Formats: sequence, structure tokens, C-alpha cells
Amino acid sequence: MSLLKYESQVREPLVDGDKTYSQVTEDICRPVEGPPSRLWWIGFIISVALLLFGVVSLYKEVVYGTGMWNLNKTIGWGWDITNFVWWVGIGHAGTLISAILLLFRQGWRTGVNRAAEAMTIFAVICAGQFPIWHMGRVWMAFFVMPYPNTRGPLWVNFNSPLLWDVFAISTYFTVSLLFWYSGLLPDMATLRDRAKKKWAKMFYGVASFGWTGSTKHWQRHESLSLVLAGLSTPLVLSVHTIVSFDFATSVIPGWHTTIFPPYFVAGAIFSGFAMVQTLMLVTRKVMGLEDYITISHIENMNKVIVLTGSIVGCAYLTELFMAWYGASKYEYDIFFKYRIAGPYGWSYWLMMTCNVITPQLFWSKKLRRNIAFTFLMSVVVNIGMWFERFVIIVSSLYRDYLPSSWSVYYRPTIWEVGFYLGSFGLFFTCYFLFSKYFPVIAIAEIKHVLKRSGESFKEKMDPLEAQSVEEFAHQAHH
Amino acid sequence: MSVKKFVVGCFDDEKTLFPAVKNTRKAGYKIHDLYTPFPVHGLDHAMGLRETSLHTAGFIYAITGTTTALSFMGWVFTKDWPLNIGGKPNFPLPAFIPIIFELTVLFAAVGMVLTFCYLCQLAPFVKKDHFHLRATDDLFVMPLEVTDKTNVEEVKAFLKNAGAVEVFEKEAETGWWIGRYDKDRKIFEKEEKTVIA
Repeated sequence: MSLLKYESQVREPLVDGDKTYSQVTEDICRPVEGPPSRLWWIGFIISVALLLFGVVSLYKEVVYGTGMWNLNKTIGWGWDITNFVWWVGIGHAGTLISAILLLFRQGWRTGVNRAAEAMTIFAVICAGQFPIWHMGRVWMAFFVMPYPNTRGPLWVNFNSPLLWDVFAISTYFTVSLLFWYSGLLPDMATLRDRAKKKWAKMFYGVASFGWTGSTKHWQRHESLSLVLAGLSTPLVLSVHTIVSFDFATSVIPGWHTTIFPPYFVAGAIFSGFAMVQTLMLVTRKVMGLEDYITISHIENMNKVIVLTGSIVGCAYLTELFMAWYGASKYEYDIFFKYRIAGPYGWSYWLMMTCNVITPQLFWSKKLRRNIAFTFLMSVVVNIGMWFERFVIIVSSLYRDYLPSSWSVYYRPTIWEVGFYLGSFGLFFTCYFLFSKYFPVIAIAEIKHVLKRSGESFKEKMDPLEAQSVEEFAHQAHH
Repeated sequence: MSVKKFVVGCFDDEKTLFPAVKNTRKAGYKIHDLYTPFPVHGLDHAMGLRETSLHTAGFIYAITGTTTALSFMGWVFTKDWPLNIGGKPNFPLPAFIPIIFELTVLFAAVGMVLTFCYLCQLAPFVKKDHFHLRATDDLFVMPLEVTDKTNVEEVKAFLKNAGAVEVFEKEAETGWWIGRYDKDRKIFEKEEKTVIA
């Protein structure tokens, strides 16, 4: 057994370069401890500006109502719910990386899980804003909570998918936050013990909860991570399933389908990984973390993108097939007259191009390992996934059962767009703060895999790799 | 909470750490704890720690969540305020499944994290004594508890021999107190010491 101390060289190293434990600490903590760069300030200021624009847009909406968003009789859900589903979907990649890949023992998750989990949390915060502000009278948002009260039918309707959503999203947020933060504790302690400045000692001292690194604590920490991963795995599948129920349990043609849960989950992972790529490619470059988020990490994520993109493509085709085969007049019309054709036909074909056709280029290994191409694709995929939700929501609503209430053409107002931009502002403000003051890579987890999968350690496999099968078997036997 | 005296041995490689732990236990020294920068698999067994039952607690929290959700929704819809919603039954079990599942997960996760923090005595503003600042960086730090009767030099020599890269004596508080890491220790435990004496 001791013979196989390192992983075979067939697998690419997870950490490049000749690293020791303290170098790992140094590499990851240095950008956190130094002053913010000019690039960081520029990005941060732009994000805050977007956030403020979002606040102004929301002010308009709260004062004058959701009419400010051009929502009307038939199109009651427009950009806002599109954005909600889009952001929730993006969140899913973080949990997939941190939970499902942990259970599948995928070592490469260690390089990206911390930032991806942070992305999940920020994306869910952004997502939550849309249904809340969409309520119009937002000061009554607490009506969704089940508590004894004196209004009408006393309790919320537990049969309603919209209420399931309240439970699903809030549970998802809470569990992701706990998972993320419990993983952060040891790394916050590392920063605390390295801190020179007074504020840093205080901040990381408070934030690390007095973590010491005791073996017993690590044992419990491992158990906790494993169980939280086990819980998050069905949770992440359930969340987007329940989001899809918002549509699937209704009787609107184009929504009323049983394919929605798996189709939505695959789409969520697809767009989430694209967003992880966008963030990681910038983060690794700006913070000099190329040794930890390697090309092989990027390639692995691109493989997930091409897989989930193809699943989503299958779902699109299945939907079209069922619309024809199901022989329901309304279903057929929505798909063939008003979705792939008609005034919103362009959005359907944009979605098809971005989500199904272009990701197929990732079957080429060369393109999977091309950073510039990956970055471009990650943006394209997220545009496509935004349009997927737009197509589902708007193209099913603008032609309902009653032609007299058909809406002509729905266009968002500046305040609706402003709210969306504001959610970008919120997301990136959070991400910029996170990447500056928190370790963006799980330091302890990298150290854990370093001596098995680090490049310099893998090289020690050389004599073993050179052996023939017989020699190896002979040696292993003794 | 009390202040005790320790001889601390620091190791920089798992290869020397495991035999050192084994030999230390064989020699009869009391390992106070072992501080590592990352989880070292098998170290808990080497130290003779028992398995944690945190996951059992998690299971109990989970079924608490399940029963809470099921009984609460059932009570609301059948006893407290039965409503006719589209002619559907008052106890629609399939429609309850999503919320039951979410509450199961929520209770388990929150309960486990709180239990974890309680067991490990972790909370904001909690401060503990550290034996070596590099214990969260690249050193495996093993403090051995010593009493007045212990031959400290012998323990030091033993640790050196076992491959420790750094050996020193230190008095440390074994418990925790409310404090901040940007401030040094206060007279607090000195008072406590006199009380004990």
C-alpha cells in the first residue's frame, strides 16, 4: 500500500509547481493581506455604482408599483422572474462542486470549491430579491411565513409551489451559508495567526471562532462536511426542481410538462458552471493563482458544461416533440407558432444557439483547454441560459387562451433593467469583498491533497511509472 | 478552565508525526492534543480518539425536522383551519413532501453546525491559547502535559529524538474565554488560579 503514496501521473496534478505547506499558505494569503490593487478598486466601484442604480430602480418600483416594469395583464412575470430563475440556477454549480463532487471523491473540486460556494451564496441572495420585490407591497413580504395571525385563512397554503419555493430557497441559502462558513473557519484561523495589522487580528480572530486545529475538532469537522455534503446533494436537486414546479404545476401551455425538473436542474448546473468559469478565469489571473486553478480544472468544468448543455439540448427537442405528439392544440400553438416562430422567435433561436449549438465545440480538447475561448463561451452560455428562462416565461404568457387578452409585445422598462443590473452590482460587490478579504481557495483542503496530487510529489512516481506491470506486481506483493 | 504546563513538540512532516504519536503513547506520555493545519487522515486513530457521533446527532435533528413539518402542516390543514383548496383533500401528503424534505435538511444542517460549534467550543469572540502560530500553517504541534513531578528535560529529549523540529515549554490555558486576538491575555486567569489554590 505504501508503494502508492502518490497518485498516478495519468491524472494531471491538482497543484502545479514545487510547493510546500507554507508556500500554499503564502500563495493564497498574500493577495488577501496586501492592499487592494487598482484593478480591484475599479471593479469594486463599478459594482457599487450598479448596485446603487439597482436601489434607485427599486425605489421607483416600491413607490409606483410593479407597473413600472411594464408587466401587464398577460405577462405578469417578465424580467424579474426570469432573473430569479437565472440567478438561482447559477447558484447550483457551487453546491454541485462542493457537495456532489465531494461525495464522488473528485479531487479537483478543492481548487475551486471555496469561490464557487461563495458564488452560490451571492447568487441566491440576488435571486431572492426578485420574488420579494415582485410582491409589489414588499412591506408585506412576511405574509409568506407560516405564523399564527388574524388575516383571512390564517395560514399560508402549503399546497402551493410558490410556498415550497419560499422554503426551498431559504433552506438552500441557510445550508449553503453554513457549509461555506464551516469550511472557512480553519482558513480564517490561518489568516488570524499570520495577521500583523490590528484590524486583521481582530477581524479574523472574531471570524475564525477561536479555531485551533485540534485533531478532535478536525475529526468532527470532517464528519460535519461529509454530512452537509450528503444533505446538500439532494437539496440542490430539490431546489431547482421546486423552482420548476412553479411552472410545471400550472396549466399554462409550455409550462405544464413533467420534463421540467430534470431539465431545469441540468440547465442550472450548466449556467452555474459557466458563471464559475467566468469568475475563476479572472480570479486566477488577477490573484496569481494559476498553480491552484490549473488548466485541467478548467477543462474538467468545460466537460461538465458540454454534458449538461447536451442534456438541456435533449430537453428542448423533447419538448418540441411532445408538443407535436401530445396533440394538445394550445401546447402545439405555443411551441410551433409563438415560441420557435412569431414575434419572440428570435429569442428562442438565440437560446438554441448559445446553449445547444456552440457548447458542442467543447468536444474538442484543444478548445476545452483554451482560456480565451472558455471565457467567451462562459459568457455565451449565461446569455443563452438567461434567454432560456425568458423564452419559457414570456413566450408562454404573451399568447394565453383568450386572444382578446394577448399582449402585443413586452419590452422591459429602464427600471426593470436597472433592477437586473442592480443584482449584478450586488453580486459583484459581494464577490469583490470576498475575494479581497477571504481566502478564495480552501487552504486546508489544498494542503490535504498536496502530497498526493501536487506536481512535485507526483514526480516521485517516476520510478513506479517506469516499471513494467510484472515488476510492479512483484514489488507490491512483497 | 485552568492553566497547565506543557512541553510542546512541533513536527513538519506526517512521516515523522505518525511514529512519534505512536511512540509517545507507548512511552506513557499524555498527549494533550495535536494541532494540525489540515485534517490528517488516520491521526485520530493513531491518537486513540473515539469516533465522533456528530452524524448520529445529525440524524436525530433530521427526523425532528421531518416530524415537525409533517405534523405541523397536518395540524394546520385538518385541525386548526381546514380549507377547501380546489376540492383537494385536507391531508395531501404528496403536496407536503417538498416542505417536509426542506425542513428535514434545514433542521439537520442547522442542528449539526450548532452542535459542532458547541462540542468544539467555537463561537465569535471566543479566544483560546495557541501553542504555535504555525499550527495553522505548516506545523503539526503536539503539546504533552507535564506536572511538577515530570522530568521536563527527559520529555524534551524524547520529543527531539522522535523527530520534532522544535521543542519548547509553555504554560497555557486549556479552556476558552471571551477575548480578542488583537489584545493580549488579561489578568483573568491569574485570578482564577488563586481561587483554585
